[in-house]
Amino acid sequence: MSTDQHADQQQDLYAGTNETTEGRVFTVTGQDWDTISQGVAEEADERVVVNMGPQHPSTHGVLRLILELEGETVTEARCGIGYLHTGIEKNMEYRSWVQGVTFCTRMDYLSPFFNEATYCLGVERLLDIEDQVPEKAQVMRVLLMELNRISSHLVAIATGGMEIGALTVMTIGFRERELVLDLFETITGLRMNHAFIRPGGVAQDLPPNAIGDLRDFTALMKKRLPEYAALCNANPIFKGRLEGVGHLDLEGCIALGLTGPVLRSTGYPWDLRKTQPYSGYEDYDFEVQTWDTSDSYGRFRVRLNEMWESLKIVEQATERLAGLEGAPVMIGDKKIAWPSQLAIGSDGMGNSLDHIRHIMGESMEALIHHFKLVTEGFRVPAGQAYVPVESPRGELGAHVVSDGGTRPFRAHFRDPSFTNLQATSVMSEGGMVSDIIVAIASIDPVMGGVDR
Amino acid sequence: MSSGGQEDPIKGDKGPSQSALEESPENAPASLDPEVQVVGARQGMFGVRGSGDTSGYGGLRQPVVFPAPSRRPFEGWHEEVAAALDTALAGAGVEAQAVEGVVVHRGEITFHVRREALPAVAKALRDDPALRFELCSGVSGVHYPDDTGRELHAVYHLLSMTWNRRVRLEVTAPDADPHVPSIVATYPTIDWHERETYDMFGLIFDGHPALTRILMPDDWPGHPQRKDYPLGGIPVEYKGGTIPPPDQRRSYN
Repeated sequence: MSTDQHADQQQDLYAGTNETTEGRVFTVTGQDWDTISQGVAEEADERVVVNMGPQHPSTHGVLRLILELEGETVTEARCGIGYLHTGIEKNMEYRSWVQGVTFCTRMDYLSPFFNEATYCLGVERLLDIEDQVPEKAQVMRVLLMELNRISSHLVAIATGGMEIGALTVMTIGFRERELVLDLFETITGLRMNHAFIRPGGVAQDLPPNAIGDLRDFTALMKKRLPEYAALCNANPIFKGRLEGVGHLDLEGCIALGLTGPVLRSTGYPWDLRKTQPYSGYEDYDFEVQTWDTSDSYGRFRVRLNEMWESLKIVEQATERLAGLEGAPVMIGDKKIAWPSQLAIGSDGMGNSLDHIRHIMGESMEALIHHFKLVTEGFRVPAGQAYVPVESPRGELGAHVVSDGGTRPFRAHFRDPSFTNLQATSVMSEGGMVSDIIVAIASIDPVMGGVDR
Repeated sequence: MSSGGQEDPIKGDKGPSQSALEESPENAPASLDPEVQVVGARQGMFGVRGSGDTSGYGGLRQPVVFPAPSRRPFEGWHEEVAAALDTALAGAGVEAQAVEGVVVHRGEITFHVRREALPAVAKALRDDPALRFELCSGVSGVHYPDDTGRELHAVYHLLSMTWNRRVRLEVTAPDADPHVPSIVATYPTIDWHERETYDMFGLIFDGHPALTRILMPDDWPGHPQRKDYPLGGIPVEYKGGTIPPPDQRRSYN
């Protein structure tokens, strides 16, 4: 290293340069763009490769973008992922089938119920108990998934708005998401990472105040949702940033395997809730939302409209639940059903005293079932199953393989964020650097799901 | 698959309610029909079948048996897809043994395909008007260390939006020669999925445009999802104690 450069680095601690075998590398942080613009001017014929992320507020999580630039135009874009890889699939192989739910709920942390649902539907298919899951459990699953779709789309719109500078969209988006998380807390006890949907049903019955809270929520959301439309739909800045950006037509979507709002923004009404219904979605009245512009603006409008449809489903599910008071929420088969119900005690939520009295004082058989399920778990017949669900981001499926034991032999999740992120290059090459942010926000990848 | 046997003539009037095989099939001897696919053996303390030893001290071993190949004709649309695939493969000049077996289990159909024939089968499934599996939902690896000569399985899920059907393709490769042809040319979406499967299992997808690690660091040794990948234990600060790795702990599996 020459002494000149050394002096430079001492002058500017935050924007140094150094020579490597591949050319001069500039380290630029904060607002210190002088050094890089100077350096680029000197090497005008050289290509500039900019590394954006993985720690960057606009890359939608720990996503690393490797961009080749010509001026401000992106000529090549590549993604670097894996920064949030936690080995969830491997971990699940060393836990029982029920404990697997606790792991997979943490993958795509914005849509935990969908992770749980697709895994449980796969396990239920292998157990051949798909028809035995009680009605109330099915309705509660649908209710929670649709509430979750609303909260996930709110975050998609909120963070997408924040990344282009529309901070109000962010604040109101998170304000409404908070309402949904409060409902989750009421129903499952947790705001995130619920592990609530279990093979055979759901973990607990609805608490007594849930129906009222749900009705209040739908009434409030009907007032709040129009605010997004009023703020964004015809906003010239918003439209200017989103329209025509991140274009991907139907052919590109199918070839690259994109599903969810990106696919529906091309006008193709593919929604697994309609085409391959699960958990009783065929009993609800709702429409598949599409748009015909194949761009980021279309995807925004699809998400906005889907929140209205989800709200319709939440209303119908709430009314059905109001008529199902006291109905079972777990399969009747005592060799599969998780035995314990929780109860609120003076020191918070804990074991149900009724259940403890039942197993300790009344029924030896119940004690045996409890002990066997909690220590050993149930066995799942050997085979493999794949039951995808329509998550807020597209087709989410779990490939569940059992060797006949009490633990998953293999559980692999086909996460829509992972698949959809492959479209980054084709959506952003040839556009401006600032449009990459919009294109990625319109895919709405969640890195917890991408890296698992 | 089913091991229930013949109808018990006395069941229904005075037969014991608990002892009949139909009542508790888990006590029935494991079916060892030569047609079923034995992919390994499981050893453990509980879950004994077919032996009087329930103590767990006999070193229980039982075969891991997967659903057997189904016989033609299959049920419902499965037969249509299988017949259309046969026709399409014959038309494309693919050898007749390309599909080794077909398993229909729990309403899902799996085509076990010879790995050399995978690209031709994938192309036929995508392009034939009677099949039209336009969307590939990715590939998932499974490692069966005891399935000698076919240790590594690659499992593909395909979706036909035109016909609203799903099929599964399964190919195998031995650990000694972990190569499977890539189908990125047919389904561009499988690019990252094949990279992930390579990263996690060491399956090499020949013909992939850039088969590099995707989730693990580039210089990572080994492939973590393989069953023989060493797992770490946890040292405990008590007289040199450790918590053994998860695969060596006492388990009920």
